[in-house]
Amino acid sequence: MKHIRTVGLLVILVFTLAFPFLFPNAAVTTMAVFTLLFAGAATSWNLFSGYTGYVSLGYVTFYGIGAYTLALCCKYWNIEGGYLPFVLLPLAGLVAAIFAIPLGWIVLRVQRHTFVVVTIAMMFTFQLLAYNLKSITNGSSGILLPFPPWGPDFFNVPFYYVALALLFFALSVSWWVRSSKYGLGLLAIRDDEERVLGLGVKTGIYKLAAFVISAFFGGMIGGMIAYFLGSIFPSGAFDPVFDITITLMCFLGGIGTLVGPILGALLLGPLQQYITLQVGSIGTGLDLLLFGALLLIILLFLPEGIVPSLQHLWVIGKESKSMEEKQNRG
Amino acid sequence: MTLIIEAIVLGILTGSVYALMSSGLTLVFGVMEIVNIAQGIMVILGAYLSYVVGMYLHIDIFLGLLLTMPVMFVIGVGIEWAFVRRIKKNRVMLSILVMYAVALMIEGSLDLIFSASFVQLQAPYIDAAFPILGFHLPYVYIFACILSIVLLALLYLLVYCTKFGHGLRASMQNRTAAVLVGIDVQKVQTIAFGIGVALAAAGGLAYGATNSFNAASSYDLIARLLVIIVMGGMGSLRGAFVASLVMLIISDVTAVIWSPVWSSLIFNVLLMVLLIFRPQGLFGQLEGRKQ
Repeated sequence: MKHIRTVGLLVILVFTLAFPFLFPNAAVTTMAVFTLLFAGAATSWNLFSGYTGYVSLGYVTFYGIGAYTLALCCKYWNIEGGYLPFVLLPLAGLVAAIFAIPLGWIVLRVQRHTFVVVTIAMMFTFQLLAYNLKSITNGSSGILLPFPPWGPDFFNVPFYYVALALLFFALSVSWWVRSSKYGLGLLAIRDDEERVLGLGVKTGIYKLAAFVISAFFGGMIGGMIAYFLGSIFPSGAFDPVFDITITLMCFLGGIGTLVGPILGALLLGPLQQYITLQVGSIGTGLDLLLFGALLLIILLFLPEGIVPSLQHLWVIGKESKSMEEKQNRG
Repeated sequence: MTLIIEAIVLGILTGSVYALMSSGLTLVFGVMEIVNIAQGIMVILGAYLSYVVGMYLHIDIFLGLLLTMPVMFVIGVGIEWAFVRRIKKNRVMLSILVMYAVALMIEGSLDLIFSASFVQLQAPYIDAAFPILGFHLPYVYIFACILSIVLLALLYLLVYCTKFGHGLRASMQNRTAAVLVGIDVQKVQTIAFGIGVALAAAGGLAYGATNSFNAASSYDLIARLLVIIVMGGMGSLRGAFVASLVMLIISDVTAVIWSPVWSSLIFNVLLMVLLIFRPQGLFGQLEGRKQ
């Protein structure tokens, strides 16, 4: 059993590493880059919201902060396109994480239901700041990022590998958190916060730390997408739809699980792009209608997400097998 | 100085319109513990319905409310029955996602039917204004404010003086106890949701008469409404009313004193500042252990 799992994982690893060379079509690799970035965003969002149970719809705030950090660094330090902006990504993440500390402190003071709304307010605050602080952010005209010098055929490949690296990084941090005592505390906070507090766990620090880690990845991914797209605007950098999309991806895959967000991203990412591209051209609004209907069906029939449902089926399958064996013996 | 007075008066008037829209939102949250993100698009739907009533049925838009509000009530009850009721586990997050999906569908349908061009509700008295204190006050703002106050008063009567209202408040305070006492909590929730959506219809009329809108206006609207209810305390009708007035007055005055671009920002910044000192909002309660 264990062998099958390791072999399966190895196959997936080799496949993802070789992907750009197996499918050199630029459209496919572009979709792959976006899917990987969404998966990384979903995994790090899950690290906070999935494990602690505090649904944050403000994740995109840090995405935007990271994006603007990278753009401003490139602008003021006169950085050329190429591999150097990739090196600046951790800086973008760090700046976002630094912003996350006071923001997280304010925002985590409220109860669970209010938290959702407050994170939305936080996001809109930063969007408005981006629009209005024209001297720094250039307002609605946005900022251009340097254009990488490698040719159109090869264009997506470095982005793909950096996105893959980011995903691995996020996944390994998520895995490390989940299997540590810290992660146990987070999951306990999700289940029953008052009891955990009564047991002596410092919930404030736990939540804030998860928030900041999540923001760090958000900043890096934001910087990455900004560089990939080549420019950022306030409405694109602080986009509420992005938040809802990653929430849905985590939800679809199984919130609070390790690989759920990735699964959700793999399923939902291409689907969303497909619907927007194919159907959006026919009549405005039809793509929204279809997407909404699809979401409703998924949400109502798979309320826990795919991974937990599969886990249930697995457990049921095992139990029925052992029942059969007992019956055969007896 | 007259500009500031004008800003304050306008703030009071538009604040009452926002109070109407947000009272539905806070009511639904208080009774069902779900954040109805679709409220923004419901308001817009109400506005479009009033538009249709005014344009094609040639009924005066305020009278048309007698048509649109019951229709929206039925729509609300339908949505609750079809989607919200099915959510058993994980209500906080699932309800947000489900309502978002519903909002997407409504937005898509509105885009399809009406296209993305901006419309505004028409009536012969929309543009007329009367001069007061050195500036002109459009009639429609006054009518919208009167409408809001009347409906809010009716809502108050409903919640505090009727048997249904008692059941409603009981369900808000302690759901299990309400069930034990014999209140049909499911029915209360369904009707409350319907009322919330019907109030959105009235709010849509007031909003549509004073602003031009299209389906995409819902995002800005719901952002403001959510900030208002958090500021007032989620679940508190009084809080929604006070917070709407406070927010709108401050933001209008800011637009006059400082600059219009900062007025939206002030909304959110005020909220964050309030949360540092009073996380439960102005009239909310610190949540104890939920049953």
